[in-house]
Amino acid sequence: MSGEVKRGYVRPLDLKNGRVDLTHGSGGRAMVQLISELFAKHLGNEYLGQGNDGAVLPAPTFGQRLVMATDSHVVSPLFFAGGDIGCLSVHGTVNDVAVMGATPLYLAAGFILEEGFPLADLARIVESMAKAAKDAGVPIVTGDTKVVERGKGDGIFITTTGVGVLPEGRDIGGARARAGDAILVSGSMGDHGVAIMSQRENLTFEAPIESDTAALHGLIAEMLATGADIRVLRDPTRGGLAATLNEIAGQSGVGMVLKEKDIPIKPVVNAACEFLGLDPLYVANEGKLICICAAEDAERLLAVMRAHPLGRDAARIGEVIADDHHFIQLVTAFGGKRIVDWLAGDQLPRIC
Amino acid sequence: MKYIDEFRDGEVAQTLAKKIAAIVEPDRRYSFMEFCGGHTHAISRYGLSDLLPDSVRMVHGPGCPVCVLPIGRVDMAIDLALNRGVILCTYGDTLRIPASNHLSLMKAKARGGDVRMVYSTADSLQIARDNPQREVVFFAIGFETTTPPTAVAIQQAQAEGLKNFSVLCCHVLTPAAISNILESPEVRQWGTVPLDGFIGPAHVSTVIGSRPYEFFAEEYRKPVVIAGFEPLDVMQAIYMLVKQVNEGRAEVENEFARAVSREGNRKAQDRVAEVFELRREFEWRGLSVVPYSALRIREKYAEFDTEKRFGLDYQSVPDNKACECGAILRGVKRPQDCKLFGTVCTPENPVGSCMVSSEGACAAHYSYGRYKDMH
Repeated sequence: MSGEVKRGYVRPLDLKNGRVDLTHGSGGRAMVQLISELFAKHLGNEYLGQGNDGAVLPAPTFGQRLVMATDSHVVSPLFFAGGDIGCLSVHGTVNDVAVMGATPLYLAAGFILEEGFPLADLARIVESMAKAAKDAGVPIVTGDTKVVERGKGDGIFITTTGVGVLPEGRDIGGARARAGDAILVSGSMGDHGVAIMSQRENLTFEAPIESDTAALHGLIAEMLATGADIRVLRDPTRGGLAATLNEIAGQSGVGMVLKEKDIPIKPVVNAACEFLGLDPLYVANEGKLICICAAEDAERLLAVMRAHPLGRDAARIGEVIADDHHFIQLVTAFGGKRIVDWLAGDQLPRIC
Repeated sequence: MKYIDEFRDGEVAQTLAKKIAAIVEPDRRYSFMEFCGGHTHAISRYGLSDLLPDSVRMVHGPGCPVCVLPIGRVDMAIDLALNRGVILCTYGDTLRIPASNHLSLMKAKARGGDVRMVYSTADSLQIARDNPQREVVFFAIGFETTTPPTAVAIQQAQAEGLKNFSVLCCHVLTPAAISNILESPEVRQWGTVPLDGFIGPAHVSTVIGSRPYEFFAEEYRKPVVIAGFEPLDVMQAIYMLVKQVNEGRAEVENEFARAVSREGNRKAQDRVAEVFELRREFEWRGLSVVPYSALRIREKYAEFDTEKRFGLDYQSVPDNKACECGAILRGVKRPQDCKLFGTVCTPENPVGSCMVSSEGACAAHYSYGRYKDMH
């Protein structure tokens, strides 16, 4: 008789037909297996590989400040033209850190999985996250997985948290817009929300509408390198351009005047909005930014933006004015004037 | 967008604006009511009043489906969702109409009511097929535009033998509402609401045709120009109305000839007549009880009538005392004349129904035009 204990044969995860069950979140072998065969396999990096409860990261250099942002993702459907919840959860948080003017360095990811969720879908999502993180050069250094009973979640929810560093002296924020500043956008408005909505409603168009989901830190780095006086950067996600500008106007205590004919909107997005009864100014974007800068820097910045693949359709859409009521006014293409107000109610639920 | 951008062209708008300015008579004031919420929305969204001479004033009418739905009707739907275990399906804006006890269908949903927003009656039929063990109610609101699809749904449910589907019918009629406004003392006796003409409905008229308005032109001597919902349609209609007033004519003219005929859509009318009959009276928010102004489901289709199936009785509920929706819907007051406007009553927390839909006079003015009150 040998004293050796036989190693139990562990059946690999069935990534074809398998489904998430409660054991995948219960702290036992099944959970360890899910982490090693799926999460660690795709997302693996030196920090995640430490295998501890938290990641040990190098401290920023003296004078730098940390920027931290978090974003939860509940989009439905999980897979959509131009992306999926996986890459979206990376881009969303990278962008939140980057629009502060910071260099995004690390991400953390929390997964809430619903019992019964296909492992094949989970693998697809994790692979997409891994690719997005790699392309962005921002590793996912720590994570968590929980499983809830069937009916208590909607397949998968992902929360990501990002950390970045902000160099000394850089000050970008919603409260810095001043009367006279120029308002720029990096491209066409409303693509993401309309892509999701037309998929939900089974609408097809001659030209497919794709989500614009993308990490913007590369574009932002080039804009910052110009040395232009960038006062505000923000990504117009939920509530679209309208909500974001209203937010900034409130923070800065200013008003704005936009020219409708200068706001880039793809004809197919416009057509879909017409059909669905949506206003593209209120529809979410996931790969666009708004930049408010000193008027004299506007053209220089626009040139740099247009030279970058994510800013090809960048445009100057209006200017900041003094207004105690913080109204966003719009000169319509028709020739009249109106305000662009906060969104009332919910135009599109579960968009990101 | 082909067939749409042509009707939003800023240059054509400037040309039309000049034409209107050139024909308005210096000593005359023109007051036109756009009946439909669709027109109200277009006027506000495109900033159309900036292109009109000061002497032309647009008065918002009651043609906004969610605006005219009285609280009692919404209460019925909320009761069904919260206490009768039904799946209640309805169109989007209906979810936000304020009802009794600080509830709305949206709030009823948050309290556990199974309320679902649908884009068409076909969606609600599908929900009924998918949930054979549940009662599914379609809360049907709207003017003549939305009535034919409801008729089709009822007939289809009957053809399929769908036993768990019914319709809470709150469909209302445009001509009855126009008569009610023209007969109101403010217009007819006191003249406190000057009305020189109407912009006639766009989509409603595709169904009922232009013929029903001929009576108003003849009997009340008011010109009617039926217009599409695009801003240039509205501008052109205003031009035609000014011309009629100047020339002392009161006729029905059709600016929306690309979609509206004199007879309308006979097929749709026949379907509606097959399934629905006139109610003797119906309460409207703002206009109070208007005789023969709404539809109910015929006896032949009684099994699909939610009111009969659940033995519902309509209870009238008074509006908030300070709310001016009633007067605003009749053109007697403007949104900014209401004490609650923009303070207690906002699109986020509507007190009255006119603050709910983007077609409502208050919501349109709040969302698009209120900066004009402050500058």
